[in-house]
Amino acid sequence: MARIGVFICHCGENISATVDCGRVAETIGKLKHVAYSTEYKYMCSDPGQTLIKDAIKEYKLTGIVVSACSPRMHEPTFRKAAAEAGLNPYLCEMANLREHCSWVHEKNDMTTEKAIDIVRILVEKVKINNALLPIKVPVTKTALVIGGGIAGIQSALDIANTGHKVILVERSPSIGGHMSQLSETFPTLDCSQCILTPRMVEVAQHPNITLYTYSEVESLDGFIGNFTVKIRKKARSIDEKDCTGCGLCTTKCPQKKIPNEFEEGMGFRPAIYTPFPQAVPNKPVIDREHCTYYIKGKCKVCEIVCPTKAIRFDQPDQILEIQIGAIVIATGFDIKRTDFFPEYGFGKYKDVIDGLQFERLASASGPTGGAILRPSDGVVPKNIVFVACAGSRDPAKGIAYCSKICCMYTAKHAMLYKHKVHEGKAHVFYMDIRSAGKNYDEFVRRAIEEDYVNYIRGRVSTIYECDGKLIVKGVDTLLGAQPLEIVADMVVLATAGVANSGAEELAQKLHVSYDSHKFFAEAHPKLKPVETNTAGIFLAGACQNPKDIPDSVSQASGAAVKVAALFSQNELTREPLVAFVNRCSPPLYSTCVGCFLCQSVCPYQAIEREEFKNRDGKTIKTVAKINEGLCQGCGTCVALCRSKSIDLHGYTNNQMYTEVMALLNVY
Amino acid sequence: MSEFEPKVVAFVCNWCTYAGADLTGTSRIKYASNVKIIRFPCTGRIDFMLLLKSFANGADGIIVSGCHPNDCHYTSGNFHAKRRWIMFKELMDFMGIDMNRITFSWVSAAEGARWAEVVNSTVTRVRELGPYVSYKQMVNTSIEEEVTHA
Ligand SMILES: Cc1cc2nc3c(=O)[nH]c(=O)nc-3n(C[C@H](O)[C@H](O)[C@H](O)COP(=O)(O)OP(=O)(O)OC[C@H]3O[C@@H](n4cnc5c(N)ncnc54)[C@H](O)[C@@H]3O)c2cc1C
Ligand code: SF4
Ligand code: SF4
Repeated sequence: MARIGVFICHCGENISATVDCGRVAETIGKLKHVAYSTEYKYMCSDPGQTLIKDAIKEYKLTGIVVSACSPRMHEPTFRKAAAEAGLNPYLCEMANLREHCSWVHEKNDMTTEKAIDIVRILVEKVKINNALLPIKVPVTKTALVIGGGIAGIQSALDIANTGHKVILVERSPSIGGHMSQLSETFPTLDCSQCILTPRMVEVAQHPNITLYTYSEVESLDGFIGNFTVKIRKKARSIDEKDCTGCGLCTTKCPQKKIPNEFEEGMGFRPAIYTPFPQAVPNKPVIDREHCTYYIKGKCKVCEIVCPTKAIRFDQPDQILEIQIGAIVIATGFDIKRTDFFPEYGFGKYKDVIDGLQFERLASASGPTGGAILRPSDGVVPKNIVFVACAGSRDPAKGIAYCSKICCMYTAKHAMLYKHKVHEGKAHVFYMDIRSAGKNYDEFVRRAIEEDYVNYIRGRVSTIYECDGKLIVKGVDTLLGAQPLEIVADMVVLATAGVANSGAEELAQKLHVSYDSHKFFAEAHPKLKPVETNTAGIFLAGACQNPKDIPDSVSQASGAAVKVAALFSQNELTREPLVAFVNRCSPPLYSTCVGCFLCQSVCPYQAIEREEFKNRDGKTIKTVAKINEGLCQGCGTCVALCRSKSIDLHGYTNNQMYTEVMALLNVY
Repeated sequence: MSEFEPKVVAFVCNWCTYAGADLTGTSRIKYASNVKIIRFPCTGRIDFMLLLKSFANGADGIIVSGCHPNDCHYTSGNFHAKRRWIMFKELMDFMGIDMNRITFSWVSAAEGARWAEVVNSTVTRVRELGPYVSYKQMVNTSIEEEVTHA
């Protein structure tokens, strides 16, 4: 006979402030089969857990219901406690009295009654729970890192240095990400390429890293420790083994007027190109959309000039299928472009540019060789305005968050400008200066005090063109909201950092969650900032939210440690909440009729066929069988099976029915 | 007489709506306490027969809620749920079940406020419709009839 124990937690006052915990414990204590019912201030605390363990032993409990916070929070805690007291962990259930009751309802009788109902549902369920044993699965010790920006590079190197294999997938022709576009970096003003390039080369040469550039994740199957990824290696149209990277083709290609993405549209590139001189790998790709041969069917100049005959016009995309055990997502971010801002001219004014364009202007390898020249006529701007928070912290524009990096790079930009144009005037419009970070505030102060950058606290309402000048209209709120007008030669918008293109599709392929801004979502905002909700998939860098290089690198190393910890095990234990098809004695074997409809709905191809043979070896019945390694326990097959032959551990038909009946108080 | 308090059963998936309802809690957004949640791994697991059982046993309203299309933790469970729902809805309608008593919605783990809205609007609607006795009566009479015929 069932002997159930019920433990009502006050959660400090989080639950007891609105729910009469004493009454709940008392009412539940009177239910049939409830052998013990009590309340306590903090069930999750050490004494709370001891109380539970002692009760399990003393009252010989066959099941317990801890009525506290969400099971998504503490189910593992209490299941572990149960196991320590000798009770099978799957005979422990949690009733969610906090998130689903005390925090969302007023203090009154109905709330307490609801609490009683919630607990009763779980008491009835746990009575028919089965003891389950964890499933053991092997771990494939190869990691997949998606995105080759600084975060992906760091993660890949860290994992590779623990001795494990890494597959690094980058969708553009070279690794490096946004950092490769930056001129100098705050707060030290060291040249971005100089610190990044050695890392890129290390990736290329590391014996444990396999690099796939110009490639994307096509699909993902499996689960922690046992994923199968399909990677689409897009046709580069050259043979990477034959190509020596001499670059002759790129200089001879007649198609030269394609806007250069790396230069943020401020320069041109040929149809066969390497994105930038330090690219890794330093092998070109043919941009088939713009190549004359693919458009008109003739040209092939590159093929003629290539000294090693490495051009392959008919190269197809390749699909690679690789087994991996863990994934780090490091696909980075992007910024809003100037066309997002109607008030600043919808991107029409050539001399209103964004931060990345300024980085390219200030970069020694950029389109101007590092000279600050305005895009419209190549003249040095005498008066330059920087607008911080362009789009950020602006709910009206749909971006309520702070992009975090702009205050710092705006100060950097103003400084770089002053270092190059000594007699020029730099103005910065800002809302607040957010420069928390080691040596960050000192950096901003230097811009103001040593480089005499004019910081104006206020927003810019409009920018318009008049006689070849840009009129910047704003206010100075420190001077009592005085309207202000600056006649500028050039304006740089520190536009909001946003999720990278394709982030949503990737999240859907990987089955990880993302937030309303399409940034990847962490499992817990404070305690699991590196994990996603999907076991075995981790986050690094700006794909989670805009962040600077030091933060991206730290998180990347964090993600690498998570992967290394996973790979330190030879076997993982998995929750046994999987489906099963019933079996009975011959001649029936199972109530399954072998229609295999379930096979067609299972998202994980976890349903196999099992044949029963007679003495002569002839198959007399074929029925469904669940592969426990693959089944993720969604239960789609269970709801579908017409002969009710499949059931799901932890959520059996009987349990679900019982819960509903208990909820409606039919017992 | 005290005001009619509807009994509403919510069938939700663990990954989106259950987590969304958790977020409603962490955000301290208040909603009607008439709703009680049954947790499923996925909307794909929900056997719609349970909806009928609920009505037959005294539920006045029902909410079914899971992940938005394409966001299913198990890739496609919610699509199967939706397909099944399209069929089942017709059937329930044919059986004379008042479809106004059922809310089918998507609430993600980030939509704490939306969960409160879904609950409140359902409770308000069901409160106006009053206690759901007709289906219960129908089921009970047909059982009685069977018994008397036997
Ligand atoms: C104007 C500006 C100036 C800045 N200045 C500084 C500075 O001075 N100091 C500082 O610390 N930080 C600075 N930053 C911030 C810095 O750029 C970021 O911190 C850094 O780039 C984040 O690195 P990441 O690897 O996370 O992302 P990214 O640099 O965005 O790299 C992501 C990589 O993933 C690839 N990718 C994207 N999607 C996919 C996909 N689906 N499949 C495969 N690959 C994919 C991309 O092609 C890219 O290579 C600045 C940012 C801006 C916008
Ligand atoms: S388990 Fe059910 S759905 Fe699957 S083949 Fe057997 S009868 Fe058909
Ligand atoms: S519960 Fe059924 S449908 Fe879902 S993963 Fe397992 S076998 Fe496949």
